[in-house]
Amino acid sequence: MKILVLMKMVPDIVEELEVAADGRSLDREFLRLIVNERDEYALEQALLLKDRLQATVTVVAPEAPEIDDVLYTALAKGADRVIRVSGIDPAAGTRATALALAATLPRIAGVLPADLVLGGCQAIDDLDGFMSPLLAQALGLPYLGLVSRVTVEPGGTSVLISKEYAGGVMGRFQVALPALLGIQGCEKPPRYVPISKVRAATAAGTIEQVAAPTGPTPAALEVSAMAKPEAAGHAEMLEGSARDVANKLVEILAARGLL
Amino acid sequence: MAQATVLETRDLTLDGLLADPLGRQLLSCIQCGTCAGTCPYGDVMRHTPRRLIGMLREGFIEEALAGDDLLSCVTCYDCWAKCPRGLRLTDVLMPLVKEQVLLRLPQVPSELQSALSNTLRYGNPMGESPRKRAAWVESSAVPVPLLRDLGRPVDVLWIVECYTAYYPRGQDNARATARVLHALGVDFAILGNEEKCAGECARLAGETGLFDTLRDQNLATFAKYEFSRLLTSDPHAFDAFSYIYPMLGFRHPVDHTTPFVAARLDDLKPRLTRELGYRVTYHDSCVLGRHNHMHDEPRRILEALPGVSLVEMDHNRDNTICCGGGGGGMWLDTFYKAKGHPRLSDRRVEEAAATGADVLAVSCPYEVPRFEDSLKVLGCDDRMVVRDVMELAAEALAD
Repeated sequence: MKILVLMKMVPDIVEELEVAADGRSLDREFLRLIVNERDEYALEQALLLKDRLQATVTVVAPEAPEIDDVLYTALAKGADRVIRVSGIDPAAGTRATALALAATLPRIAGVLPADLVLGGCQAIDDLDGFMSPLLAQALGLPYLGLVSRVTVEPGGTSVLISKEYAGGVMGRFQVALPALLGIQGCEKPPRYVPISKVRAATAAGTIEQVAAPTGPTPAALEVSAMAKPEAAGHAEMLEGSARDVANKLVEILAARGLL
Repeated sequence: MAQATVLETRDLTLDGLLADPLGRQLLSCIQCGTCAGTCPYGDVMRHTPRRLIGMLREGFIEEALAGDDLLSCVTCYDCWAKCPRGLRLTDVLMPLVKEQVLLRLPQVPSELQSALSNTLRYGNPMGESPRKRAAWVESSAVPVPLLRDLGRPVDVLWIVECYTAYYPRGQDNARATARVLHALGVDFAILGNEEKCAGECARLAGETGLFDTLRDQNLATFAKYEFSRLLTSDPHAFDAFSYIYPMLGFRHPVDHTTPFVAARLDDLKPRLTRELGYRVTYHDSCVLGRHNHMHDEPRRILEALPGVSLVEMDHNRDNTICCGGGGGGMWLDTFYKAKGHPRLSDRRVEEAAATGADVLAVSCPYEVPRFEDSLKVLGCDDRMVVRDVMELAAEALAD
């Protein structure tokens, strides 16, 4: 079974995000990128399947600062092949990135057709979760998102997946392969790989480099303005002894007609 | 000396140790079981040091390394201190063994995993922004220069370390230390946002690759500047800079804040005029106390503070009880709880509360959150507070 995992870098919100001088984009000077958390679960799901079946795992990611660390870590965790795609503008937006990746994947020898393509179902810069379905459409694959468990059925031509719905409802689907799944989580958190293994993978492993084809960038939504949210109101802190605080709380609730 | 040469080879692995006749001297254990008896988790671990050595010696290597049992070692130096053969269990054997355990573990406990990943990515286990490492300086009552801004050599490079730089109660210690250093007229500076974790607890937890990465980054930063000595607020960093970084040629004298100030106490005494009125009991940390035998230095400082009376706990000095935070224990509380292990900091705080003291004094930044949590858990937080020795010294300073 051939599994393809798509990973990408997103802004790390450990650092405060700043709006650039143009008022329409993120200030990238101090912006640090981190791998999309859902993509880490996609890789873990692929590796769990590899642990159980005869499978090869290939990871493809657009070029970005620190992406090499992510790809070497993927090798150390057990991925068979890692590929960095150059030429995709990091600020291109979800649709342009999806289309650029879809145009690149068929040009990489041995990657397509894959039995299973796994990506994160969402990212901090793609909260609508459009990346994976757009990619599925461009590649002509069926798509299911918010997937939290994948089991390959005997014969290897279909998978059983669990998908979460609102209100704690869980759906189970049988999906014929090939398919693209948007991974939300998997049965266990992403594995930890000791740094000595990452160092060894960095010394011995190879990241393949492929250029995205150049062509017209598809029209995308244009950001007209970007600003930090402004605080509309503030919490009122009640001070004093427990009795004082309780009395004040009762007064406030009564004054608002909540008692 | 011959044995030391083997044990202090960098890049030593467990295989290397076992393959070397001199390395195998580390296994020249008489199976007396003192280590197992003194180990704070000896009653809940399957592989105490005695049994571990027995297994390694008889070739049951994979059996010894399988599973998560050895994550219960909090590297308290108790087995090391009491071994009648003087075997280097805590600082040499356990890290080599735990390195192999970590490589084999199918699932590293998530708290430990995030602490290790954060330390690699952000230089601190909490996952705080590296750009905020020196944020505490803004609230310091005295100037705390950055070495980068000074543009000249400095006598003392103070490595503040993670918990002191980021943790809110740790920052109290940082501000207090700055006041004390200032009162002593010490020519000091910090690295600010260039500072990263020294990595000792990662090393003792078996994450050797992470330790090596941090050590290389820190040595590269140190090489950019001129300074005469290192000073650090964290005993674990003190150990790393004193014993492990020198293997790569780091040759500066290293001090911890407590012994550093104790050695200059005569200069500080005229300034220590504020009456504190505290009954204090001092907790010897495993690393500063048991490993480095610095028992008198903190007590000399405490005795010099006006209105402080010192009372001792039953277990003190080399016989101190571990807070449970070393060797990765700081990030394994949930794991230990799930295993049903007792909380070591609770055991320590029970003894501290029994002294009737109103202050539990410490010299290690890990102990403040651990003991403050235990005081709350045991319902003793209304009659006892935890203070670093530096905080008490700063409090006694006249304005």
